[in-house]
Amino acid sequence: MRVPPWQFWLSLGPALTLALLPLPSWLSAWNPDWVALVVIFWTLNYPGRTGVGAAWCAGLLLDVMDGSLLGAHALAMTVVGYMTVKLYLRIRVFPLSQQSLAVAMMLGLYHFVLFWVQGIVGGPAPGLDRGLAIVLGALTWIPLQAALKSLWPRILKD
Amino acid sequence: MSFKSEQHRPLLLRGPSPGLRFLLLCVVSALMMVLDHQQNHTRTLRAALSVATYPLQVLVNLPYATGVWISESLGSRETLLEENARLRSQVLNQQFQVQKLEALQAENNRLREMMRSAAEVAERILVAEIRAVDMDPYRHRLIINKGSSDGVYDGQAILDAYGLVGQVTSAEPLSSRAILITDPSHATPVEINRNGIRTVALGSGDPAALLLPFLPNSTDIQVGDLLVTSGLGGHFPPGYPVGVVDEVLRDPGQNFATVHARPSAQLDRGRQVLLVWFGTPRASQEPAEPEPEP
Repeated sequence: MRVPPWQFWLSLGPALTLALLPLPSWLSAWNPDWVALVVIFWTLNYPGRTGVGAAWCAGLLLDVMDGSLLGAHALAMTVVGYMTVKLYLRIRVFPLSQQSLAVAMMLGLYHFVLFWVQGIVGGPAPGLDRGLAIVLGALTWIPLQAALKSLWPRILKD
Repeated sequence: MSFKSEQHRPLLLRGPSPGLRFLLLCVVSALMMVLDHQQNHTRTLRAALSVATYPLQVLVNLPYATGVWISESLGSRETLLEENARLRSQVLNQQFQVQKLEALQAENNRLREMMRSAAEVAERILVAEIRAVDMDPYRHRLIINKGSSDGVYDGQAILDAYGLVGQVTSAEPLSSRAILITDPSHATPVEINRNGIRTVALGSGDPAALLLPFLPNSTDIQVGDLLVTSGLGGHFPPGYPVGVVDEVLRDPGQNFATVHARPSAQLDRGRQVLLVWFGTPRASQEPAEPEPEP
């Protein structure tokens, strides 16, 4: 049975907290997609147990807490989870700089799915400042993965 | 990578292929979105999940709550005394105004009775705290800490100390979601306080601006006019401030004037909002406002 390790759920808590932090609107455009980053991290480093299903659960939680269309973040997160599961062997051997580039692509995909859903539902067209969240998310990846790896070095040992 | 850990982290994945799960979950997500978009089909699921995630919502609020607690418990005696004095004078001031208000209300009632018009229904209010603000800059939503267990209903008006904030879109058992008047998909029926001209104020997506696109060039509207709720949609109690007109552009080539207003409520500040009950609560109504007549 592929159940994500408890460490996954534990790191999801702070990620959701950071994602939903009430920020002024100019700052919230800069807020990286913490939940997506955590999902990518665990799928990359523990692909046997975290993957598409865990990503979907995380997305659904985000949907419920954020009050967005139920399933929108779940769908975007599933796409990210699937891409990570498909590419994890390649991404894992990348040097850190290229890894964060790959993460930026994933985040781009994530936002693309969200825009797409929003477009179908009939929301207003978003501007370019989503790009900031992607760039900042890719930069956040470097310290984030180091922090998570040092938190649980044993189960994440390569 | 060592082979010892293969039990936990196999180099190659086994079991049902990720592709199959991916397709399945995509279909489930799409189904959920369709049901959610058709409104109210996923109410029970959402309510159950929101109760389950309530501790997390409290956690999200925790940093702010701790900050307030620390600053309150570390506040020095002088600051507290100062604040106390300030609050006392404020209370006195407001009591004075309330006295005046009561006299005015009594007078108003007498006048109304004389005119044989129906008296206003007494309004009841409840203070709610903002739990979360939607992180999406293009959707202005709130989550507040009062829900259907406190009597909150869909479509209920939300105010703050300065004016109209928005309305409840879905009341869950312990919390509620609300849409702000500046959300691009929201429309508020308003009237100009000075002369009673009715129109509709649309959200612009900017927390500091409302749009009034349905006013002909010849309309009597000026910068500085106060817009109040007209109460015509049936959702909002009449007579509360919505915004102040801060820009009127009359282009002779266009049929309609370009009018912008600044919301009276402090939409991007403050933690407390007021929920208002007026008249009879409408149990379940569409949150959308009726289309205006240009």
